Amino acid sequence: MTIIEESPSNTRISRLLSAAAADLDQHHAISGPVPWRKGTGKLIGDVQAAGLTGRGGAGFPTWRKLAALATAEKPVVIANGAEGEPASTKDAALLTRAPHLVLDGLQLIAETVGATAVYLYVKPGPAADSARAVLAERAAKRWDRYPVRVVEADRTFIAGEESAVIAKISGRRALPFDKRRLIVHSGLNGRATLVQNVETLAHLGQIARNGPDWFRRLGTAEEPGTFLATVGGPVARPGVYEVPIGIPISALLELAGGATEPAQATLIGGYHGTWLPYGALGHTPLSRAALAPLGGSPGAGVVLALPRSRCGLRETATIVRYLAAQSARQCGPCRNGLPAMAALFDDLAQGRGGPGSVAGLHELSTVVRGACHHPDGSARLVRSALDTFDAEVRLHLTGRCSAGDPR
Amino acid sequence: MHIDWTACRGHGLCTELLPELLDRDRWGYPLPRTDSTVPGELEAPARQAARLCPRLALHLNAT
Amino acid sequence: MSTDALWYLGRGTGVMALLLLTAAVAAGVLTWSGRTVAGVPRFAVAVVHRNAGLIATVLLVVHVSTLLFDPYAQLKLADLVVPFTSIYRPLWIGLGAAAFDLLLAIVVTSMLRTRIGLRGWRAVHWFAYASWPLALLHVLGAGSDAGQAWLRALAVTCFIVVAGAATWRFAGRSREVPV
Repeated sequence: MTIIEESPSNTRISRLLSAAAADLDQHHAISGPVPWRKGTGKLIGDVQAAGLTGRGGAGFPTWRKLAALATAEKPVVIANGAEGEPASTKDAALLTRAPHLVLDGLQLIAETVGATAVYLYVKPGPAADSARAVLAERAAKRWDRYPVRVVEADRTFIAGEESAVIAKISGRRALPFDKRRLIVHSGLNGRATLVQNVETLAHLGQIARNGPDWFRRLGTAEEPGTFLATVGGPVARPGVYEVPIGIPISALLELAGGATEPAQATLIGGYHGTWLPYGALGHTPLSRAALAPLGGSPGAGVVLALPRSRCGLRETATIVRYLAAQSARQCGPCRNGLPAMAALFDDLAQGRGGPGSVAGLHELSTVVRGACHHPDGSARLVRSALDTFDAEVRLHLTGRCSAGDPR
Repeated sequence: MHIDWTACRGHGLCTELLPELLDRDRWGYPLPRTDSTVPGELEAPARQAARLCPRLALHLNAT
Repeated sequence: MSTDALWYLGRGTGVMALLLLTAAVAAGVLTWSGRTVAGVPRFAVAVVHRNAGLIATVLLVVHVSTLLFDPYAQLKLADLVVPFTSIYRPLWIGLGAAAFDLLLAIVVTSMLRTRIGLRGWRAVHWFAYASWPLALLHVLGAGSDAGQAWLRALAVTCFIVVAGAATWRFAGRSREVPV
């Protein structure tokens, strides 16, 4: 169940979710019309000053992508709401509760790069239905200047990968392709293409309305603004929360009502993320700067708590099995390596592991590779689990498990 | 040197011609040893590897 | 050039071309297996494939040209491009013409493969499995040596070589197992 909450202590923290509107009239009353800049390139300066970075996981400076496209011929703009990450529900929440913010941002980006084609790529279900209804309303009231075509994503983990998005929109299956040139230079049909996460677009729309200084009032100096976090696991109120970048993990869990069971670790970033031991690192700020030295990153804002009563290895084994099954199977090292990694990890998690298991997993984690980052991300999770749960690993190698009999 | 992993089938002609740059993993696929820059003295075998690859999976980009 | 010399050149280049085409096809099949044959480096087999194919094509151009100028064969240029329309032994010559046309398509697309792309290049390359049998049949029936024991033996040997390579390739274990 997804609950969207405003921070009880400071309602001004929410800038996206508090501007949610039930329909276009209410949206107009709350946020005003689309702040058109009347020309290409006019928004880029504000976006750069605001320091907005992508909220889809990669964290790339948004203004750079805009600048690359503004000079291109026939650019294409795609809003990415695929949200293939099972542990994340923020994009769906945004598209069902505050779709106008996303779509305003999409219109503004289209204007600033002079887009000749605009798409909304969305996960089928409530998000897609909401998007279609809202787009119809906006078109009827002539709110949008750029027509938006809706394309439904495949229901796979990999469907949100940049080139998979483009493949699907081209009429093929949502599978990544080999990128000899950057997508911003050559993407859909060889045209310069911008693929932007829907949350990034929502922030962009608000920056256009309120200015870069307003955006910078929250977050850190190097990573300004707020982000949407999906909090899961044993907390009182799991769901989507809008918080400033740099909020400590423990503070976020408190916002979500606090842990209902003591947490031994948290998974930060999603299924391609990293496990952090809660006792030692529970106060770590959720920012790239704080997480990078620990080998992690905020990713798409997923924070999943693991209670002491569960086994970190078994939880991870389930995720790694899922990731292996979600391989696009186009690239040999991933198609072969991920299932091998999953099988070895399973052995370890079930107490069948031997002296070579850990070394074997480390070796596999260095050789899996492919045309996209699915294998690397999966390998990162494996290495992080072996590191954070090393005591559990030693236990399992003797056939025991802290959460009960593994066999 | 850029490998198109979606095209590569692990025939391993490149791993024979560029053993200094490419190892071969247990399934036959090339495993880059370091980064993908080709030093000047290996440019000739690199071009030959790109030409001979049965899947056109190896490409050389100018740096 | 005397007509006899032309005739010998035609027969000679034809037989040589068959041998080289056989080598090219066999080497091509072995390259695609991704496994090493008898310790010969895989890239070397690929080079043999390409060079044998190219030399065979050159020999075939000579073969076809000599026969064009040979009054006994009564071949016209059109017979080369449109199979089965020659006056002299239309069926057997036609098989050769068809094989030659397919081979030309393969060679041209191979030279332009970086521009055509993997799928187009591979699609045309599959015609090799049509071109080579047509060439073999052509050899058995088209020339003045047709029916000779030595030529039949040669043709059978070529067949065994290609069949052997194909069997080795498809019967071998998949590469995607730990080596």
